[in-house]
Amino acid sequence: MIASREPMLKRARPAEVQHREDVTVRFCGDSGDGMQLAGTQMTATSAVFGNDISTLPDFPAEIRAPAGSLAGVSGFQLNFGSHDLLTPGDRVNALVAMNPAALKTNLVDLEPGGILIVNEDAFNENNLIKAGYKENPLHGPDVKNYQLFCVPMDKLTLDACKPSGLTGRDASRCRNFTALGLVYWLFGRPMDATLKWIEDKFGKKRSVADANIACLKAGYFFGETAEMFPVRYVIPAAKIAAGKYRRISGNEAIAMGLVAAAVRAGKPLFYGSYPITPASDILHELSMYKQFDVRTFQAEDEIAAITSTIGASYAGAFAVTGTSGPGMALKTEGIGLAVMTELPLVIVDVQRGGPSTGLPTKTEQADYNQATVGRNGEAPVCVIAPSTPGDCFDMAIEAFRIAVEFMTPVIILSDGYLANGAEPWRIPDVESLPTFEIRHPKPGEEYQPYMRNKDLARPWALPGTPGLQHRIGGLEKQDISGDVCYEPENHEHMCKTRRQKIQNIARTLPPVKVLGDEQGGELLVVGWGSTFGAITSAVQRCRAKGMSVSSVHLRYLEPMQPNVGDVLKRFRRVLVPEMNLGQLVRRLRGEFLTDAVPLNKIQGKPFMISEIAEKIESMLLNGRMS
Amino acid sequence: MSTPLQTVPLTAKDFATDQDVRWCPGCGDYSILAQTKKVLAGLGIAKEKFVFVSGIGCSSRFPYYVETYGIHSIHGRAPAVATGVKLANPDLQVWVVTGDGDGLSIGGNHLMHCIRRNVDMKILLFNNQIYGLTKGQYSPTSPFGKKTKSTPVGSVDYPIYPLSVAIGAEATFVARSIDVHVKHLTQTLERAAAHKGTAFVEIYQNCNIFNDLAFEYAAGKETKDDTTLTLEHNKPLVFGKKRDRGIRLNGIHPEIVTLGNGVKEDDLLFHDEKVEEPTLAYLLSRMRYPEFPEPIGVFRAVQRPTYEDLVLKQVRDAQQKHGKGRLEDLFNEGETWVVN
Repeated sequence: MIASREPMLKRARPAEVQHREDVTVRFCGDSGDGMQLAGTQMTATSAVFGNDISTLPDFPAEIRAPAGSLAGVSGFQLNFGSHDLLTPGDRVNALVAMNPAALKTNLVDLEPGGILIVNEDAFNENNLIKAGYKENPLHGPDVKNYQLFCVPMDKLTLDACKPSGLTGRDASRCRNFTALGLVYWLFGRPMDATLKWIEDKFGKKRSVADANIACLKAGYFFGETAEMFPVRYVIPAAKIAAGKYRRISGNEAIAMGLVAAAVRAGKPLFYGSYPITPASDILHELSMYKQFDVRTFQAEDEIAAITSTIGASYAGAFAVTGTSGPGMALKTEGIGLAVMTELPLVIVDVQRGGPSTGLPTKTEQADYNQATVGRNGEAPVCVIAPSTPGDCFDMAIEAFRIAVEFMTPVIILSDGYLANGAEPWRIPDVESLPTFEIRHPKPGEEYQPYMRNKDLARPWALPGTPGLQHRIGGLEKQDISGDVCYEPENHEHMCKTRRQKIQNIARTLPPVKVLGDEQGGELLVVGWGSTFGAITSAVQRCRAKGMSVSSVHLRYLEPMQPNVGDVLKRFRRVLVPEMNLGQLVRRLRGEFLTDAVPLNKIQGKPFMISEIAEKIESMLLNGRMS
Repeated sequence: MSTPLQTVPLTAKDFATDQDVRWCPGCGDYSILAQTKKVLAGLGIAKEKFVFVSGIGCSSRFPYYVETYGIHSIHGRAPAVATGVKLANPDLQVWVVTGDGDGLSIGGNHLMHCIRRNVDMKILLFNNQIYGLTKGQYSPTSPFGKKTKSTPVGSVDYPIYPLSVAIGAEATFVARSIDVHVKHLTQTLERAAAHKGTAFVEIYQNCNIFNDLAFEYAAGKETKDDTTLTLEHNKPLVFGKKRDRGIRLNGIHPEIVTLGNGVKEDDLLFHDEKVEEPTLAYLLSRMRYPEFPEPIGVFRAVQRPTYEDLVLKQVRDAQQKHGKGRLEDLFNEGETWVVN
């Protein structure tokens, strides 16, 4: 390891220090530039430092679009601060652009007067042409409203790499650490966590480790030494509840929640899945947890994934399948079989932009209809939706509770934003986690496959149990006996029974909580899933201005919590923001006869707080005028 | 529904359910069901340890008629359902019952992948070269030119051969039998039941309603000795009523020769079901009536670790290496920090 290079020249005048409550930084560059890595490192560092964090990775569907092209730009946005943060930030305060294409596609999100750091070495003729610039934008009007800092990052990187022996392409690849080092200096981030990470990751490849360490420090010291940056920023630690924390993404949280549920139930966890963006990470995570008796099955297709899960559930495992929208479409018939056979299983749908292949790496909430009603026949299932990355953990456990208590498939609607976004997560005490009381009929006890308990759940008798041999399948069942039955009255009775069973779940759910005025008011904002942060922040902002606005966030979509209808009635108007063209809103209008107003965004991006706040303001203004 | 506990020995009757069997009178499925129940009874395995899994089609009603655990699942997906059953509980003995449409048309993908993984299960494919349940359309195994309801002037689909598919996917056990050859079918099913790994058995099955006598050449008492060839391990390929003809290799091509006049049994191709390399088995699967007698019996029976054993070995290895997983360790993985 090379000795850390102390800056030879000290500044004549140290940078001024400013305090900030929160800052939103975005790294952007080629998909091969390591922007996701830089972003996750800064996230980890900021979390350990004690800030609250919220992140938004944004990457292209193509693994390696041509270098320098607009299609190949990858970005990572991080909001960190000294107060409770619920979103990755509306506007970017500091943008790091590694090439012209990144500048072109990201500059629009930088706040006026914001910090713009560019790798000036990448602004050569070739890259400018690829990005569609006729002239170098760094010398033109595009950048004049920002604090522009042109940094020779390629040169700094190559120089820093020299002692390690890395040259050429290998050396250039370290430039994300140069950029990261500079940003660390600018926002007062300690380098140790990242230095340790480099050692752990590359320690065996000495030259690579040395080169990355040298680049991180070179970037940091460049900020300190070059009299380029007049100000550096301090963002103090946030006041968050005491406890032990780690950073968690939605996909990690789902994986851990599933494992936790299985372990608490003393069951093996079966995960049958076919790789699909953005759900594959759940498969990757779970395949590392074999010591928890996790059995992962990378199936030949989405249909085998769901049907193997049905088989595993029949044989007594905690069985889960995970996918995204196109995979959900393929699983549709299988979910119908699980409804008919009334087996407990969990289906994770990490939603992405649709229809068809759509926007594989972008987020959307447009599978609501598919999840709640998208099957042939009357095929009710339970659908739940986590609201934050950390909530994915709790809802994974909750999904299993409902699945085994009611013998039903349960769909978890996550999305790309929750899946890849990260936040600090207070590590729970294992003993505080729910336990599961699972009853399998024993030999000799009274048993019929479709007899039911008070909740209308049927018994879960396991193959291998002497004397309880029975057959289940997709044909309509005779009530109680479970024999194949085509009688008209029986079919109607069974359809109603299956529906009633799902409705019975509502009795076990906590009432929705109103954020704001429990007794009612002018406007209620109703959301579900990953819009929680933006809606809550917008409502808080508007309430601080004295507006009569409250919100409820639905974590249970099917069935809904029993007091939803009552709460809706207490407000004069209802606004429903969704990242689709209005799906939950139709359900609310249909079921509760409320004149709910949709607010829709379908751009593959989450809502900004301001978008919702503006709608609230305009509704309240119009409401007063009417 | 409750059945008194049974200990071995069992009889075929113990495997009968209280359901009326609803196949058409005269269907070849009856014989297969009868032989299967007989074989199950003789395995020394308790009834509750069996799971029968099927898809959709006439053959897929099978699970309703055997007093074991069972899933009548959805069209073509039985091998995938069965894989989940086996991974969740490897102690169960899993049987899949499928047909030429269910297994090779809509479910071709699952069949191939289940076989290549060598999941420990028996797959019985009832081949009747027709869609029976949907009342008589051609299937993927129907001969070229076959006239059916959906091909009134003849099918222009080239057929697929179940055993060639199974061997192409390197099934560790491959066999063929015929619904009415009661003794041969029983022996074949016993061999399949004893095999550890995916055991694939094609059974020629007569659909007397929509495709009657499709396999009469192989099933008929008068013709069967000349149109089929019973495979025996380490024995030369001899056939014919008088057992006077055999199969000899000419280069890589099989040819029919008559024994005598200088042609001895030693000149014939000898069957070796245990050879790892599947080429010989594939060659046998390509021998078809009327050019050749069609081999019946065990084509291939080799040993390979099963999928579920390998999956569970990884679980055990991880538990040995890291200890049985503790949630505390899982939650505290990676970077953590404490807020006071």
